[in-house]
Amino acid sequence: MADPLSSETHDVLIVGSGPAGFTAAIYAARANLRPVVIAGSVTAGGELMNTTEVENFPGFAESIMGPELMMTMEQQALRFGADIRREDVTDLVLDRPVKQATLGTGETVQARAVVLATGSAYRGLQVPGEKELTGFGVSWCATCDGFFFTGRTVAVVGGGDSAMEEALFLTKFADQVIVLHRRDQLRASRIMADRALAHEKIRFVWNTEVVAINGSDAVESLHLRDTVSGQESRLEVSGVFVAIGHDPRVDLVADQLELTPQGTVWVEGRSSRTSLPGVFAAGDVVDATYRQAITAAGSGCAAAIDVEHWLSSLDDPHADPGSEELSAAVA
Amino acid sequence: MVSLTAVTDETFTTEVLDSEIPVIVDFWAPWCGPCRALSPVLEQLAAEYQGRIKVVGVNVDENPESVTRFAVVTVPSVLGFSAGHVVRQVKGAQPKKVLQEEFADLLS
Repeated sequence: MADPLSSETHDVLIVGSGPAGFTAAIYAARANLRPVVIAGSVTAGGELMNTTEVENFPGFAESIMGPELMMTMEQQALRFGADIRREDVTDLVLDRPVKQATLGTGETVQARAVVLATGSAYRGLQVPGEKELTGFGVSWCATCDGFFFTGRTVAVVGGGDSAMEEALFLTKFADQVIVLHRRDQLRASRIMADRALAHEKIRFVWNTEVVAINGSDAVESLHLRDTVSGQESRLEVSGVFVAIGHDPRVDLVADQLELTPQGTVWVEGRSSRTSLPGVFAAGDVVDATYRQAITAAGSGCAAAIDVEHWLSSLDDPHADPGSEELSAAVA
Repeated sequence: MVSLTAVTDETFTTEVLDSEIPVIVDFWAPWCGPCRALSPVLEQLAAEYQGRIKVVGVNVDENPESVTRFAVVTVPSVLGFSAGHVVRQVKGAQPKKVLQEEFADLLS
């Protein structure tokens, strides 16, 4: 049985368990920092748990399934001694030498350093009907829910890689997939855009936004508006899959840490150092630009190294935790 | 999922609708990651409230009638039944506290 987390002040607490959180855990564990990872009670593994083949994570020439990749990262972190708990953090107090996290169970965890790796959440359309019909035909996860739309017509809202992935996956089940994009050009990568554009089951409707989602017990239709002409129309669909982007999960820290204009946690230059000493951030909570598993993993590694420097500087007052020389020496 | 009582299309009426105590039904699928993540939470609820409520699982792959009857279009879908009627639905894998709040009427 695991020791109570409150029994000691830990060196480092990692909040989050996607590629950033687990990579930080691997590096911190190998540095003998005995990291505690609060992985989420039902969300451990992050976004890749809801994806199928990951084709672009380096090192996997034949692709790897998202959940398998994340479980392997977890095993790797455990191997080096990370303490991984499937709990939720409900509160964080960061502006003091010993930071404190409160968990869903009521337990508290104290640590000298914190790595925030909470990722980002799916963005909603924020239109009438969305909230009420979430789980009743409104979805953010084709791999999760596509199964229920066999032989039906569904819509995908968005124009990036996620939207293309959702649309392509849905063709396995749906009869027709209608991609609704508010512009006339996709921002998806070339390879994903080409695949979707070429697929016979996928139809594209350009310059279109969703004004409302209609239905009493389930999604029945979408109220659409042409973004150029303003003309409104109705589209009958059984389901709508939203893939319009993500918002960084900063709820726990927005009133304590400096944020960027994009709403991500501000970090200093290319480091993971936030506006508070001993607090570091990595992954999609910091990065609104690249947002890849590999960039998140890379930033998790950097965060663990930054934590290590930080803790050394606490123990040795003459060491400068932020100097470039020190960073280069450890690289 | 593994240790929750499995309910099927055939046994749904007897196990759920005719139950004297409230029943929380977890619609799940073997290919559903969030379902796996949710199952320890449901097992905890089953243990804590044993005797006062039943917590059962329905595999959507194998029980299309129940899926259609209760219009399940996402997994996990957790439906709370009392006296043969659905009183509350929770969609997606939610933490224990959320489930306790949503099903407070059934759990009290």
